[in-house]
Amino acid sequence: MTATLESTSDTLTMAGALNRALADALGEDERVLVFGEDVGTLGGVFRVTDGLAARFGETRVFDTPLAESGIVGTAIGMAMNGLRPVVEMQFDAFAYPAFEQITSHLAKLRNRTRGAVELPIVIRIPYGGGIGGVEHHCDSSEVYYTHTAGLRVVTPASPADAYALLRQAIDSPDPVIFLEPKRRYWEKETVRLDHRSSTLDRAVVRRSGTDVTLISYGGALGITLEAAAAAAEEGYRAEVIDLRSLAPFDLDTVAASVRRTGRAVVVHEASRFCGYGAEVAAQLSETCFHYLEAPVLRVGGFDIPYPAPNLEKHHLPNVDRVLDAIERLQWDDAAPLTNTEA
Amino acid sequence: MTTTERTAASFFLPSEEPLGLINADGAPVAEPALEMPADDVLLRLHRAMVSGRRFDAQATALTKQGRLAVYPSARGQEAGEIGSILALRPQDWLFPTYRDSMAVVARGVDPVEVLTLLRGDWHCGYDPYRANVAPQCTPLATNTLHAVGFAHAAKTKGEDTVALVLLGDGATSEGDTHEALNFAAVWQSPVVFLVQNNGYAISVPLSKQTAAPSLAHKGVGYGMPSVLVDGNDAAAVHAVVEQAVARAAAGGGPTLIEALTYRVESHTNADDASRYRDRAEVEAWLTRDPIARLERYLTDRGLLDDAAREEISARAETEATSLRERMNTDTVLDPADLFRHVYAEPTAALRRQAEDLTAELSLGAEE
Ligand SMILES: Cc1ncc(C[n+]2csc(CCOP(=O)(O)OP(=O)(O)O)c2C)c(N)n1
Repeated sequence: MTATLESTSDTLTMAGALNRALADALGEDERVLVFGEDVGTLGGVFRVTDGLAARFGETRVFDTPLAESGIVGTAIGMAMNGLRPVVEMQFDAFAYPAFEQITSHLAKLRNRTRGAVELPIVIRIPYGGGIGGVEHHCDSSEVYYTHTAGLRVVTPASPADAYALLRQAIDSPDPVIFLEPKRRYWEKETVRLDHRSSTLDRAVVRRSGTDVTLISYGGALGITLEAAAAAAEEGYRAEVIDLRSLAPFDLDTVAASVRRTGRAVVVHEASRFCGYGAEVAAQLSETCFHYLEAPVLRVGGFDIPYPAPNLEKHHLPNVDRVLDAIERLQWDDAAPLTNTEA
Repeated sequence: MTTTERTAASFFLPSEEPLGLINADGAPVAEPALEMPADDVLLRLHRAMVSGRRFDAQATALTKQGRLAVYPSARGQEAGEIGSILALRPQDWLFPTYRDSMAVVARGVDPVEVLTLLRGDWHCGYDPYRANVAPQCTPLATNTLHAVGFAHAAKTKGEDTVALVLLGDGATSEGDTHEALNFAAVWQSPVVFLVQNNGYAISVPLSKQTAAPSLAHKGVGYGMPSVLVDGNDAAAVHAVVEQAVARAAAGGGPTLIEALTYRVESHTNADDASRYRDRAEVEAWLTRDPIARLERYLTDRGLLDDAAREEISARAETEATSLRERMNTDTVLDPADLFRHVYAEPTAALRRQAEDLTAELSLGAEE
């Protein structure tokens, strides 16, 4: 570690890294505002905004009336008038009352006004399952947003990325749906507090490998990495890509990997049908068809409403299901263990 | 659809002070707008509130033992929960929120079934058509529109059914609440909206929720009679809800009631209320306890003696013991349940996924 890196890094949980990113953004730019339900005195139900109201005052960080459509709708007006709102939706499914504002206005105003209206708004949404939450607290709602042109959709899977991506999101001239995988809120890591270290829309290779590419993001990245480690014991060297940005999709990074490995599995928590993996698989079959040794497989949740907590473990993808998918990739046709690149 | 006659705003205005029949000291209050419920009703209210509070305490204890994933206590809100439910007729419907487990139990649903949701076994543990109770709603204010639609259907079909919808002070800020109030008033639907204003939406106090003189005032602009009542006075809540139900049943349309009360416990067992409110504030509200005041009134009137009180609390204790015992067994869930009831008939894809899971689980069992 270099001296400069040391002086600008800290060990933080993901929630702590997000808090730090908000504090740094509020400190650097007067136009940044943080508001939503319980984000003030309480510091958010996940404490992501802890201490910000006390530090920056009630005009910069504040509780709103309980109305998601109101929160996003007023954020749009504020952004039209020069501010940079960062708003919180308390849980994934509680963002749905704001869907009209997000899809019909937030996403479209730039396009409609031929670029005259810019909406640099970040909507933070804790999403996904794996924490035993009751109904409406566990949805993986990413594709509602990725399907909507005009929105950027990002999801960090580590504290370091959480910090960097949130800083980039706040700087973005476009609206960003910032999905926070709540099951990873409490994970710790050393975080570089130099937000220029990251761009908003690049995927990163988390583990190198030569036999198969595992593509994942957010809450499912953990089991994907575990599966890659387990696969190594069985002789498969899996490359793991963390997408980080779901819209735009970093095809270059993913396709470059798949062209080397010839095999791909997409892993996510959301239901598989019309899930994000379907888009990845389609793009890979369009661009890498001649490199593929096998169809692109998807491991996702079942096509059911998110189940009650006590059955959630059967619904969520697990290491075994990823390993099964790896095995199903018709290894007989190739020679996975003789690859000399590794 | 009939259109509503426009009426002078004053007709719809709530009183400046909350209506009450029994004050915090247990003394009767003269309130010309309300009639004191009959003695047997008061005794039933008291008994049900004691049971309700015991149930609530038991549910909170079950969270500590890990038997419930989460529980939002309604301690201190017994008058609103019970006073309103006992004013319903059997054919009426309740549209409750996550906070209103006590009301759902008072309506006659088995407490174990009520807690199924919070235990995490299934998203609703009871059949709504058995006790006329809609599933408890978690997304705020969504139940208000369901209640209006239900009541409207009843009216259209010529049924004598009133829908009571419960919501919190925070929920009054959601767009759905405003749409529901407006629909109900325009359609003159037989609905009673009961806002339990318990002071906070998680951490956000009422002053940050509304600038209106009262939440009851919100009904005025939509054109419906609006009532502000002491939410810790079970007699008054009962009287007000009974009036509203009677008016709705007689074709008089909806009523908005604000019951002024307080959330004594944290938002849920997972919340830390000390972050946003003083202990002194809680202590002050504890002196307005709904059960203590009714007990005092009934005792002063000679309707309740020590023996009766003991019998009532012994009965509540027995119910709690039975609940605890029944909640202390590990439920065995069938993973195949995941695929049931997604559609009337499982789709081919769901059947395949169910088979996959079964195969996976039997493989796991062999290992
Ligand atoms: C649409 C929606 N947004 C946010 C939430 C998260 N949430 C759950 S309870 C709550 C506060 C509700 O306060 P209030 O309506 O006053 O009811 P109380 O909990 O006090 O009974 C919030 C914000 C939710 N359940 N639904």
